[in-house]
Formats: sequence, structure tokens, C-alpha cells
Amino acid sequence: MPVEPPVASPRSLAEAYRLLAADAYRPVAGGTDLLVQITGELGEPPERVLDIWHLDELRGIGVDADALVLGALTTYTEMRRSPLVAEFLPALDEAAATIGAAQIQNRGTVGGNAVNASPAGDMLPLLLACDAQLVVGSARGERSVAAGEFWPAYRRTALAADELLLRIRIPLISERQVRFRKIGTRRAQAISKVVMALAWRADQASGSPWRDVRLALGSVAATPIRAPGTEAVLEGAFPDEPTADRAASMLASELHPIDDVRSTADYRRTVAARALHRLIREVGGW
Amino acid sequence: MSYRFVVNGDQVDVEVPGMRRLLDVLREDLGLTGTKEGCGEGECGACSVLLDGAVVDSCLVPICQVDGTNVRTVEGLGARAQLNDLQAAFLQTGGAQCGICTPGMLMAAEAHLAAGGSSNDEAIREAIAGNLCRCTGYTKIVEAIALAAEQRRAAHDPA
Repeated sequence: MPVEPPVASPRSLAEAYRLLAADAYRPVAGGTDLLVQITGELGEPPERVLDIWHLDELRGIGVDADALVLGALTTYTEMRRSPLVAEFLPALDEAAATIGAAQIQNRGTVGGNAVNASPAGDMLPLLLACDAQLVVGSARGERSVAAGEFWPAYRRTALAADELLLRIRIPLISERQVRFRKIGTRRAQAISKVVMALAWRADQASGSPWRDVRLALGSVAATPIRAPGTEAVLEGAFPDEPTADRAASMLASELHPIDDVRSTADYRRTVAARALHRLIREVGGW
Repeated sequence: MSYRFVVNGDQVDVEVPGMRRLLDVLREDLGLTGTKEGCGEGECGACSVLLDGAVVDSCLVPICQVDGTNVRTVEGLGARAQLNDLQAAFLQTGGAQCGICTPGMLMAAEAHLAAGGSSNDEAIREAIAGNLCRCTGYTKIVEAIALAAEQRRAAHDPA
């Protein structure tokens, strides 16, 4: 049987903060990553676990004045069933549908995906491309961290040892379009070889050029990353064939992925460029 | 620690470490060995059970999160002498082959049917996308689930 470290199951956020202020804990939400990591086969198991599953303060999907707000414990199934997600950010629904399968979607959470900080975390490029803010808290108070600063290094987050991720705020920006693509070995249960999210603003009716372009990718670097060179190619451009050619070629040259068990650097670079090209073609309708 | 929950309609109390996997509590502490362990890392779905009606991999659920919930395992579907409609459909179509994936397949399929799942091939394949059959006999499994879905629809809405 796997290792069974001691666990505390606080029933309120205040109680969780008190525990975290006193000792080092590894939080567990839906367990889809941690329960794999504590088998004893993958390095040292955590000394103590904090079960945050019962913290209702971390649940729920809402929309406030200018943002879609996801509680950290929001599961993929909840995102897929949410009328708010369908209305305000359908790409999130699309992304959630590509994670694992029903068993994982019923337990895995957006907060867990963010805090696990895998370079292959499928939600992370979407959070980057949408300029999400991650709201974290501790007994010392709350603060907001931009997605662009939340994953500073391989499997690291900006969280201090006594902090919990509470919720994720995704700003709702007028005229913004968001697209998501994931490439894996199969449609379900696959860890990404390449995952990307593209966001831009354009007046759909007048067909204005793209602005505020964000292109974020996962599984191609030690952390989820933006692709600034490709964003610059797309900024102020129209989704036509010459633009798609230039953007794809820029993306292939600015990505430096590695060979690993899931794919090769060459494959990742080629497929990322081609997926982007196809995405622009779909949007451009040519 | 002590945890109380319902398994297949019966209330149970267990005194186990909170990070023990639901899978191990079912098999080792409660003797319910119908639920199988395949990969132990959420890839294969052999250990699928229903937790408050939602299909989950019991190898990824710590028992501290099961406290106060309702668990349904393959033992709760039907009895040996009286299989439920889904189990009978697996027998009828040859959906049960070597048997190791079958309990998990049944639970994923049960969740699909309980949610009013259709007999549509694509929908069924998505419902069991988290369950691997190494006999690769998916066609007959899908046929079994489609058959049970049709039967439930007919029973619910006799034309």
C-alpha cells in the first residue's frame, strides 16, 4: 500500500490558515496529482497533508463586475456544466473537456492544476493568455498574483509556504476571442505534447485587425510560457494566410522544447507551429 | 481517525489513516474486492466507483474526503443471482471478457446511464474514455451499454 502521511481536514478557511501558520503542509484538493505522487515511488512523500476539500470558501463559479471568478476547488466537471463558463469563456469548457476523462474531471480542480505547476498543466496556458489573476491567502491576508508571475520556475509557484490558492479571476474583456488547442496521444487521458491558448481582441462586425494578442503554450518549456515573438507578428495583423505563415514560422523559431518520454523537441516545435497555423486559418475562414 | 460513510446502502465506520486510498479501504478494510486495482495512478479506471453518484478513480481518493458521502461499488449493482440490467447486457453482448476492467466499466457506464446517458456511440465512448480494456474489446462493451441505455429508455418511456 502507498505511504499514508498524517492529514488534517479543516472545516473552515480560518482553521486551515491557523494550521498552515504553525506547520508545513502539502495541500490536497481532488487528489488526482498528489495521490499519484505519494505512492513512495516518486521521491519523498510529504510529511503532512492538508485536506482542503471541505473548504466551501474555495468553491463556486461566479461573475462580478469585470471578471469570471473560479473558486480554486472548481472541478473540470463543474466548469463543463457551468452556464456562466459557456456564456463568458467557452474556451474554458473546451479545455476542461480535454482533461483526463470523467473520473479525473469529477475530482481534478483548476486550483490543483495551477498549484501542481506542471509545465504540461492544460489550464495554465489559458490562464496566461487570459491575463488571469490568482488570488492567494494566508493568516497574513490576501494578495493577487498575475498568471505571468505565478510559475517562476520548473514546478514552482509564487505561493509562500503558509499560503493557499483561493480563487482565480479571469478578466472579461470586450471583443476578446479565446481559442484552445491540445495535442496528445489520444483525445482522453493524455498528457499534452503541446497545449496552447490564443487570445486577441477584434471587432467581429467590422473585421478590425487583431490587438492585445496573447499566445501561451504548455509542454514546450520548463514552465507554461508566452510566445512574445509570435504575439508581435500577430499584433495589428489580420488572420490571413501570409500572417499565419509568418506567425507559424516565428513560433517554430522561438520555441525551445526538449525531448522527453512523451514527445520530441522536433515534434513539439513542428506541431505547435502547425496547430497555430490551422487555428488562424479557421478563424480567418480561408 | 474514524470515518463514517455509506457503501452500497449500508452505513460503515472505519478506523484508518486519513490518507488511505478509498480503493484500499474498500478492498482491505471492508473486504469488497469487486473493485480492482490496475495502474494505481488514475490512468486505467479499473478501480472506478461512484462517489455521491459521480464516477471517480478510487485509487485517487483519500478516505478523509469520503467521510459523510455515499459510495457505490460493483457489489451494489446487483446480486450474483440477480444481475442488474447493465450487468446482464454485458453478458448478453460479450462485453465481459477477461473481467479485470469490467467492474470499472460497469461503474462508468452506470454513471452515464444514471445521468440519462444516450445509446449514441460517441457519447458512450466518451463516458468510458477513462477506462482501459487491455483485451481491447471495446466494441462489445459499447454495445452492452447501448443495449442497457435502450432498455432503460423503453422502461422509462414505454412507446
